[in-house]
Amino acid sequence: MNRHPSPGRLRAWHLAAGAVLLAVLAAGSLFVGVGDLTPAGLLGGRPGDMRLLVESRLPRLLAVLLAGTATSVAGLVMMHITGNRFVSPSTTGTGESAAFGVLLATLFAGGEAVLVKMVMAVGCALLGTFFFVWILRRLTFRDMILVPLVGIMFGGVIGAATTFFAYRADLLQSLGAWTAGDFSGVLRGRYELLWIAGAVTALGYLYADRFTVAGMGRGFAVNLGVRYDRVVNTGLVLVAVITAVVVVTVGQIPFVSLVVPNLVTLALGDNLRHALPATALAGALLVLLCDVAGRLVRFPYEIPVSTVVGVVGSVLFLALLLRGGRRMGLR
Amino acid sequence: MLAVLTLLAVAAVAGFCLIGLAGNWEYALGLRARKIATMIVVGTAVACSSVLFQTVTGNRVLTPGVMGFDQLFVLIQTLIVFLFGALALSSADPRLLFAGQVAAMVLFAGALYRRLFGHGGRDLYVLVLAGVVFGTLFGSLSSLASRLINPNDFVVLQDSLFASFNQVDPDLLALSALLVAAAAAWTARLAPRLDVVALGRDHALNLGVHHARVVNRVLVVVAVLVSVSTALVGPVTFLGLLVASLARQLTGTFRHGTVLPAAALLAVTVLVGGQLVLERMFTMDTALSVIINFVGGVYFIALLIRESRR
Amino acid sequence: MIEIKDVTKRYGETVVLDGVSLTIAPGGVTSVIGANGAGKSTLLSVVSRLVPADGGTVTVDGMDVATTPGDRLARRLAVLRQDNHLSVRLTVRELVAFGRFPHSGGRLTAADRDLVEEAIDYFELGDLADRHLDQLSGGQRQRAHVAMVLCQDTDYVLLDEPLNNLDMRHSVQMMRRLRRMADDYGKTVVMVVHDVNFASCHSDTIVAMKDGSVVAQGTTAEMMTPEVLNAVYDLDIDVHEIGGHRIGVYFS
Repeated sequence: MNRHPSPGRLRAWHLAAGAVLLAVLAAGSLFVGVGDLTPAGLLGGRPGDMRLLVESRLPRLLAVLLAGTATSVAGLVMMHITGNRFVSPSTTGTGESAAFGVLLATLFAGGEAVLVKMVMAVGCALLGTFFFVWILRRLTFRDMILVPLVGIMFGGVIGAATTFFAYRADLLQSLGAWTAGDFSGVLRGRYELLWIAGAVTALGYLYADRFTVAGMGRGFAVNLGVRYDRVVNTGLVLVAVITAVVVVTVGQIPFVSLVVPNLVTLALGDNLRHALPATALAGALLVLLCDVAGRLVRFPYEIPVSTVVGVVGSVLFLALLLRGGRRMGLR
Repeated sequence: MLAVLTLLAVAAVAGFCLIGLAGNWEYALGLRARKIATMIVVGTAVACSSVLFQTVTGNRVLTPGVMGFDQLFVLIQTLIVFLFGALALSSADPRLLFAGQVAAMVLFAGALYRRLFGHGGRDLYVLVLAGVVFGTLFGSLSSLASRLINPNDFVVLQDSLFASFNQVDPDLLALSALLVAAAAAWTARLAPRLDVVALGRDHALNLGVHHARVVNRVLVVVAVLVSVSTALVGPVTFLGLLVASLARQLTGTFRHGTVLPAAALLAVTVLVGGQLVLERMFTMDTALSVIINFVGGVYFIALLIRESRR
Repeated sequence: MIEIKDVTKRYGETVVLDGVSLTIAPGGVTSVIGANGAGKSTLLSVVSRLVPADGGTVTVDGMDVATTPGDRLARRLAVLRQDNHLSVRLTVRELVAFGRFPHSGGRLTAADRDLVEEAIDYFELGDLADRHLDQLSGGQRQRAHVAMVLCQDTDYVLLDEPLNNLDMRHSVQMMRRLRRMADDYGKTVVMVVHDVNFASCHSDTIVAMKDGSVVAQGTTAEMMTPEVLNAVYDLDIDVHEIGGHRIGVYFS
């Protein structure tokens, strides 16, 4: 084995440093908010402080971490099983499909039952994703860039349909809540579904090698004795579940699933077993940073995380696309 | 074919004016006439800008709307309010404001499209994707800025951005009509050269057409037209794509002398007819752009799939 | 006469044309040969003002191609590059008719129409004239493009790899037609050719390029020798006289 550290090889201390950074930021984020909460007050046992921490701040932090991790890992898996760097749940209409499912649940089952919402969202996300993959297979000329373009448009079409029905049913305002990701409403009891996304993400790690092989193409995978279709379908289900759960609990968070995996694999290479933990960490970091920024920019008001991520993520993505294109085999 | 399309457009306009006319018809007719004038101006602007844009980019699936132009317009409006307050937007000379916006859009177009003509066709989709993402970026920046301005200013901004077909300022409409007419006249004069430009840079140069000059001027005109239509009614992303492709298919020619008027007539028919159906049959007022986006989006995907099979 | 003086062209760090000077006399067929990356296509593009030079001048009958108005030049010089993918859907006749654009500005006269038909007949495209280009084979499409260039009716015709996509029969026919364009219509044909034997059989003059410079120029007889070809291609090439033509043999 090659024991020399090579550039682009992830070493334990990189991960550890990232984890420490995340931990510091996470701890700091607990004390950012309208309600007055300080470490001193907390240690001094001020009444109410503990409650604020347990009821609001801690759930919010956990929601941010879970959503960031799950979303970016979903992007990484999607990227591998489609064999295209620019395909992620945010460029395949998966998130939009999930939002459509939430709309259907609200229309037909009333807005109350969270579980109904989730089932509908997962169902629609699955349908939407598989439909997109079906379109993808019909494209004979699978351009690296054309595929995500079709996906973005597909998402736009589903979004237009969702808007139309929401408009008819006077639900435009609630629609905003499902489409624009926002952690400000997260309280204890309102985010726990996200643990499902966390669990599914962990499951993804078990499948990591098979996703890597599938990413090298059908012929390659079959040659290695991997059941290609089954791996791909498993991956798609995993991605749809994660995306739908995030949409139901906090709303869509754009670009994270696209930008984070790309940045990480650009630095570390495509072996999923290496890239996955780093992606999870980086995703959590990015979303946390954006959420804290959204809380601070116009204190005491909040800017939804989707807006902040929309700006940061699209800038990062444009940089990747226009500058990093060469390294990504585009030209 | 042009005659048929003219007939269709006239029928839609007549239907819109006359169906369900009751009560004080003089007043109602005046109101409807203004709506129709708006839709004609917007339809022409959207159709021409899309066809022209497709010609200079040498691609049938691109339109200024898909490439983030509309969002840029919204962003510029928002930034003006953000930086100078709502007073600036409502009290500044509208012509000056308009000129500033057009200038900014031309600059953006120039920066983005210089890349397009520097490389071969391989880069085209990269550019489209970049355009789409630029659109998202502009949109996010707008929503970020709009959350940072004070609520009173926000109301003013909202009004200026989402004027629908119902409530267009007559002065702005007149100015827009003038601009669109000028652009249309200029385009008509240029039509034969545009046919050559559509063959691509090398062929155009070989045939003695100053390709870069024509392209630059066309982009300026496109920026003006997009500014006009967005200023009047806000973004209608997929309308241009829909009418440009339909016009080419129905007329079966590449000649701009035919395709441009056909696309404009189609756009007017779609807008007026769609509005007529929605307003009178379903009594829905503002959903037209949503429906156009839905239909146009489906069409766009079909088009992409078909183009990629060639 | 085409006069090329000290023309240089760089793409980033890479020097593609390194001070090329060359004179091409009017009339006849001139072939430009050389290995991949020798700068043949770039030279052709610079001469036809498709690519601006970084230094030096090119004049065609005394007109500087960098400063002469494009439409004026388009009536004297026509160019066809290798890759001619069109994004518009045209019939063969429509494409060929574009050749008249520099003369008529898009409004065809009766005389223009005659020339269009003549060019179509010349390249035996009569049966295909109303077909769309995307329904044709690569070779048929190539012929349509060359027909357009002929229809442009210029004194100088520059072609980059006109045999691209053509099978053997059509390659020979294409070369014969280009030869006849020079003989019958008195045109000056300059083309980039990959196959040295096609250059040998159909051209009067051969220009050899290597690493961005012209290394040799002369009549076909002067150029088709083992010494010259060896220097140009870094390859041992025997030259045999077969049927009155000098043929290079390099396959084994």
